[in-house]
Amino acid sequence: MKRFYLALLALPTLVFAEDTLSSGDTAWMLVATAFVMLMTPAGLALFYGGLTRSKNVLNTIGMSLGAYAVGTLVWVIVGYSIAFGDGDIIGTGKVMLSGITSSSLTGTIPELLFVAFQGTFAAIAVAIASGSMIERVKFSTFMIFAALWIVAVYAPVTHWAWGGGTTLNFGEMDFAGGTVVHLNAGVAGFVVAMILGRRKDYGKAAIKPFSPVLVVLGAALLWFGWFGFNAGSEVAADGTAASAFLVTNVAASLGVIGWIAVEWLVYKKATLVGGASGAVAGLVAITPASGSAGVEGAIIIGLIGGALGFYGVAKLKTMFKVDDSLDAFWIHGLVGIWGSVATAIFIADYAMPENYNMGSQLVSQFSAIGLTIVYSAIVTAIVFFIASAITGGGRVDEETESRGLDETVHGEKAINL
Amino acid sequence: MKRVEAVIKPFKLEDVKDALAEIGITGMTVSEVKGYGRQKGHSELYRGAEYVVDFLPKIKMEMVVTDEMVEQVTSTIVEAARTGKIGDGKIFVSDIEQIIRIRTGETDNEAV
Repeated sequence: MKRFYLALLALPTLVFAEDTLSSGDTAWMLVATAFVMLMTPAGLALFYGGLTRSKNVLNTIGMSLGAYAVGTLVWVIVGYSIAFGDGDIIGTGKVMLSGITSSSLTGTIPELLFVAFQGTFAAIAVAIASGSMIERVKFSTFMIFAALWIVAVYAPVTHWAWGGGTTLNFGEMDFAGGTVVHLNAGVAGFVVAMILGRRKDYGKAAIKPFSPVLVVLGAALLWFGWFGFNAGSEVAADGTAASAFLVTNVAASLGVIGWIAVEWLVYKKATLVGGASGAVAGLVAITPASGSAGVEGAIIIGLIGGALGFYGVAKLKTMFKVDDSLDAFWIHGLVGIWGSVATAIFIADYAMPENYNMGSQLVSQFSAIGLTIVYSAIVTAIVFFIASAITGGGRVDEETESRGLDETVHGEKAINL
Repeated sequence: MKRVEAVIKPFKLEDVKDALAEIGITGMTVSEVKGYGRQKGHSELYRGAEYVVDFLPKIKMEMVVTDEMVEQVTSTIVEAARTGKIGDGKIFVSDIEQIIRIRTGETDNEAV
């Protein structure tokens, strides 16, 4: 019963007993979906684009734009069916959204709107993973990878956490996608970075960001969109949505403070690229807890999230020899693990389930983390090999890499003076 | 005739130019240059990675003066460009063999 209750907590969409449409909920979810849409081709695109070298800015932005377009297509064809169709291990029966009409409901909102909302999650997940592979992966390989990854990795993992699958659901609390989106994408990026190998210049020449200004602007747009991401995951316009909105804002702010405070201690400087990265780390950390943590919890979750992001990127990363170009694993994966663990620890009184046992909830969280890491790592590798095989290798040639992908692959430059 | 080359901090250019104008220096050539001396460069930080930038932006002023003016010019530059902190720059003085003003054909001291 407890497990059932927690499943409800993690998946508000199942909670609704009534099946009448609420125009208030629907209005909010239309807006929330639009918010989340902005995160990928604008927020993440500028955040990642600003961090990339000037010769690869357009290629990097193109991966966010491309991931969004491909993700949307794949989601309506088969992704939604796998994630939210009926079935235990994977869902079926809703290919091409069959059987869904404009009067079908998910809870109190039209199911078509739920399809759109969840589709924006699938798209941003694979766009996040692109950050690990940029500056050397073929654009064509990435586009095919994005489609296959959503089908084979993102949609099944979503089904287990939120879509009604029971065998692989461990009773994890993941309100808005801590393991489903962030850990999943971070692990996927890391695995592809390992397969691709390091960039030619990695560890040898200075790889400086194109524009810290764009990094901050992109992070701010992500922050904005994240209100839809987290508060929208309630799938209703109610008190829990308001709470998710507030704690999201608090944790992101504390992420900024956590990152630059540690940076100040270590380097005697508070950088803006660091502050923006800290905001994203705080947002990642609060995501799974956004429906259950209170403000006190959000302060600690965000602060540690920001500090941990810095520690991962500045220290732990050097211990692994993997060239995770834009640190997708360290900010979304490592901090995502922290957020998932913290979800079990920091629960507001009003969200506390009856007979709550933190120990057994932590076991549930770790089980879901473990499953996500193992499944995502193995299937991402398989999917990437397939995408590489189709495009005759997944990596661009040496000359293309050193000239930059913007001109050679896209025939454009980020700035024409 | 001597050539005076002074490498100074960019924000001191206006002060030095004004001080030189006061003692009667009528012309100079200025260029934006990069370099470093004993102070070495500075470092930039991006996401926990530290990059050392060797070359710092500087201004190089060049002017040619009569032998009698050299000492006054150099002491004026030293006074106007000094902050007392590392990286204030250097002055180089060298001989000039010949000067010709293109417009009039005047030479040497008349052409300074």
